[in-house]
Amino acid sequence: MNATTGNTEADRKAGLEQPILAAENLKKYFPLGGSFFRSQTAYVKGVDDVSFDVRKGETLGIVGESGCGKSTTARVLIRLLTPDSGVVRINGKVVGAPDGISVRDMRRRVQMVFQDSYASLNPRLTIEDSVTFGLRANGVPKKAALEKAHEILGLVGLEPDLFAQRYSHEISGGQRQRVNIARALALSPEVVILDEAVSALDKSVEAQVLNLLQDLKQSLDLTYVFISHDLNVVQYVSDRVMVMYLGKSIEIGPVEDIYARPLHPYTRGLLASRLPMDPRRRVQSAPVTGDPPNPVNPPSGCRFRTRCAWAEHVCAQREPQLTEARGAHRVACHAHIPGSGHSGPAKWEGVDAD
Amino acid sequence: MHAPVGRGPTGLAPINGARMFNYALRRILYSVPIAVGVSLVCFLLLHIAPGDPIDAIAPESASPQLLAELRAAYGFDRSLPVQYFSWLSNVIVGDFGTSIMTGRPVLGELANAVVNTLLLSGGAVLVGFVFGLLLGTIAGYTAGSPADRAATAFAVAGISVPNYWLGLVLVVIFAVNQDWLPAMGMGQGAPFLSWANLRHFVLPVIALSVIPAGIIARSVRGTVAEVRKQEFVQTLHAKGLSPFRVFIHVMKNSAPALLAVMGLQLGYLMGGSILVETVFSWPGTGFLLNTAIFTRDLPLLQGTILILSMFFVVINLVVDLAQALFDPRIERN
Amino acid sequence: MNTPTSTQAAASGSDIPRARISRSFWHSVARRLSRDPVTIACTTVLLVIALVAVFAPVIAPYDPYKTSILVRLAPMGHPDHLLGTDELGRDLLTRLIYGARTSLFMGFAPILLATLIGGTLGIVAGYAGGATNMIIMRTIDVFYAFPSVLLAVAISGVLGAGIFNSLVSLTLVFIPSLARVGESVTTQVRNQDFVVAARATGASDWQIIRGHVLSNVVGPVMIYASSLVSVAIVLASGLSFLGLGIVPPEAEWGSMLSTLRPAIYIAPMNAILPGIMIFVTSMCANLISDGLRTAMDVKV
Repeated sequence: MNATTGNTEADRKAGLEQPILAAENLKKYFPLGGSFFRSQTAYVKGVDDVSFDVRKGETLGIVGESGCGKSTTARVLIRLLTPDSGVVRINGKVVGAPDGISVRDMRRRVQMVFQDSYASLNPRLTIEDSVTFGLRANGVPKKAALEKAHEILGLVGLEPDLFAQRYSHEISGGQRQRVNIARALALSPEVVILDEAVSALDKSVEAQVLNLLQDLKQSLDLTYVFISHDLNVVQYVSDRVMVMYLGKSIEIGPVEDIYARPLHPYTRGLLASRLPMDPRRRVQSAPVTGDPPNPVNPPSGCRFRTRCAWAEHVCAQREPQLTEARGAHRVACHAHIPGSGHSGPAKWEGVDAD
Repeated sequence: MHAPVGRGPTGLAPINGARMFNYALRRILYSVPIAVGVSLVCFLLLHIAPGDPIDAIAPESASPQLLAELRAAYGFDRSLPVQYFSWLSNVIVGDFGTSIMTGRPVLGELANAVVNTLLLSGGAVLVGFVFGLLLGTIAGYTAGSPADRAATAFAVAGISVPNYWLGLVLVVIFAVNQDWLPAMGMGQGAPFLSWANLRHFVLPVIALSVIPAGIIARSVRGTVAEVRKQEFVQTLHAKGLSPFRVFIHVMKNSAPALLAVMGLQLGYLMGGSILVETVFSWPGTGFLLNTAIFTRDLPLLQGTILILSMFFVVINLVVDLAQALFDPRIERN
Repeated sequence: MNTPTSTQAAASGSDIPRARISRSFWHSVARRLSRDPVTIACTTVLLVIALVAVFAPVIAPYDPYKTSILVRLAPMGHPDHLLGTDELGRDLLTRLIYGARTSLFMGFAPILLATLIGGTLGIVAGYAGGATNMIIMRTIDVFYAFPSVLLAVAISGVLGAGIFNSLVSLTLVFIPSLARVGESVTTQVRNQDFVVAARATGASDWQIIRGHVLSNVVGPVMIYASSLVSVAIVLASGLSFLGLGIVPPEAEWGSMLSTLRPAIYIAPMNAILPGIMIFVTSMCANLISDGLRTAMDVKV
């Protein structure tokens, strides 16, 4: 890696452990529509100072309620939205910086699959045209692009002879999502962001597509950022998990750790709200109640305190930062930060993951 | 002569009752730049005319000195923006300049003509509305039947027919073959509500009314067929309301949209009556426009176009406001 | 973790329908149109008129400009003149045939030009959004604020008569509404996921417009443009009727109506004949447009 002089951060990260994708202090605020008479003053803090790494070959799961900033994070990562501040690095190189990697080059390495399989395919194009579009746009000659598209369609389990000439309204939801996966894979990316990619599918189809994703990851040596509100699915696919709440990353760590020994009261609530397989163990701890607060005007200090059973004085005073709790497991909760002035966490009575 | 498309300014948010005033204010403010733009186009029209505008004003034998004097008198020697602003400031106080043909103020020439055209267009919109409502209701209630096909065919014919030609045909039938109705002009001096006066209106009003009739018929057919399918109408039927009462309910629901169509048609007819007015030698704005064009009376031409287009801007504004008032649910975007 | 191979996963894709012929949007539109008798009839009529116009010199029985003082305003069914003659003794059938050339041209050419120009403006405005949209669409709004007939008469009146000037004025009249349709459809399409996904592949704006926006905007714009053809035919002949369009002795239906108008008291049938052609053409155009609208209303 030829790090340019002056890019010391990149130099530092250019070691062995260099993450394939890194988000550093990402912020994306959305101005609220001002009217003719009002100027824009209020903002929704869609993503507020979020940092995380994705290592080569792993699957990072991102969970949270709808509106917590998961999808916005995804869109900022792939630069469909420009971050208001913070940077994204690909192999240590800053996306969009003069001495980094251009947005166009980044998009050849990072691709995305969207939730709505129908809306994300052009109804006027055949499946083959949808898959070749990205290749053609990146200068691949027509014949080569077609060959590649057919190869990828085969990989995602859609027999090209049967499907290549079809239109999106002629196939099922599961097949459409396979097309969307093929479209993302056509450019041979290293990282694929899956934004609720299986959420709209029937459970049986969902399982098939999840298995397909696992296979593809193995055979194509992919790295996934898997975004979902479905805790079970995230547990099934992820190596590490990040939990988001109101635009903040509140807990991140290895999947077994997060699911077995969650630290943040919000994560605990979320996990406790799942229905366990064993009926004798259902609902022992209070799940998260109420609605998330208004994101335009989030609570002071810790944003979760208005729904938190442990909230104390300090929680309204200072915002907790992500802090290492157990090795790679990090949490943003005063109760787990020694010396924060909080009396400490209550006992975890949730359901252990199996 | 124009199918109604999603009219109404883009970018203005929907409203509810409480926001009506706010919406009205914004809608009015939105009209201001449009009106300024329209006036600018009217002003520039005179300057895209081939040749020197002074040629239209000056006698052919004019000496260079006279030309220069005239040019200065009309302000043609000044820069365009200066000319525009001085013209605009005159127009705002009602000074549209002097007709080259008659030497009288353009405003005076226009006043009578606008009234005559308004009478003609207003009559045509009313007649068109009645016929359109009738045709559309029949078609909507009998959707799919031969009666529907006939009514729909009639409506398409109304939209497709060149109305000036229809005027000629009417003249042939009612004025040439039979001497029932006059083929030209307005009643001279007869009281407005007398037959001696009104008979002059019959043929031009019919000729002008076919387009609004066709458009209203289509839109009524659509709404009636649509609304009849809706649940609340079926509830009304189930409650044992007479078909007539149900019809009234249905109409109440589509009234704002129909009023909007009518308002816009009035605007189109005001601006588009020139052809029919020419056929019937009707002393309205169309006739004035025709005269102005062929005598190259540019101030008169400019004034007439400005008045008619401003009228259209105002009608659009009124229609939008009225619609918002009657039906606050309407999303305008 | 149970991991079947991807092909197995595909095979278990329980929902693969049996192969049937896949149909594109335009395919199904064409199929629907071909089953609509009204559209077929109207298309046939317009095609016949167009063919007659193209082969006018071969088909027309006389020279369109040859006058004859002896047979002025001969009635319909005259032994030498099937449809009679006009006020200068020219054969009406011949002039109607030649008139079809100019009248059809003036009905279609301005719409074609306005669709290209207006559609492009609308797509640019809709795709770019922001200030570009603002500038383009507010300018369009100003022209849209004129009633169409008035605008056509005003521009033609100022520019003067003639085929080129009429073409310019009619094109200008139709640009605003087409631009508006183009803009509103493009704005909708632009925010759809497949455009977002296309952007995520690193495609340029131009590539996205060509590959994804156009294919979805062409349909609605075409429907709207087709509905304007009849308006253009009527308006163009109207301009000629006023003496602002095609000028005599050139044969054009509207201008023929105008020159025959004084004859309305002597030979009314001759005088209204050209109008029938305008009416039939415009009606057919309208009905075809209706058929197209219905056929394109395919839920796909």
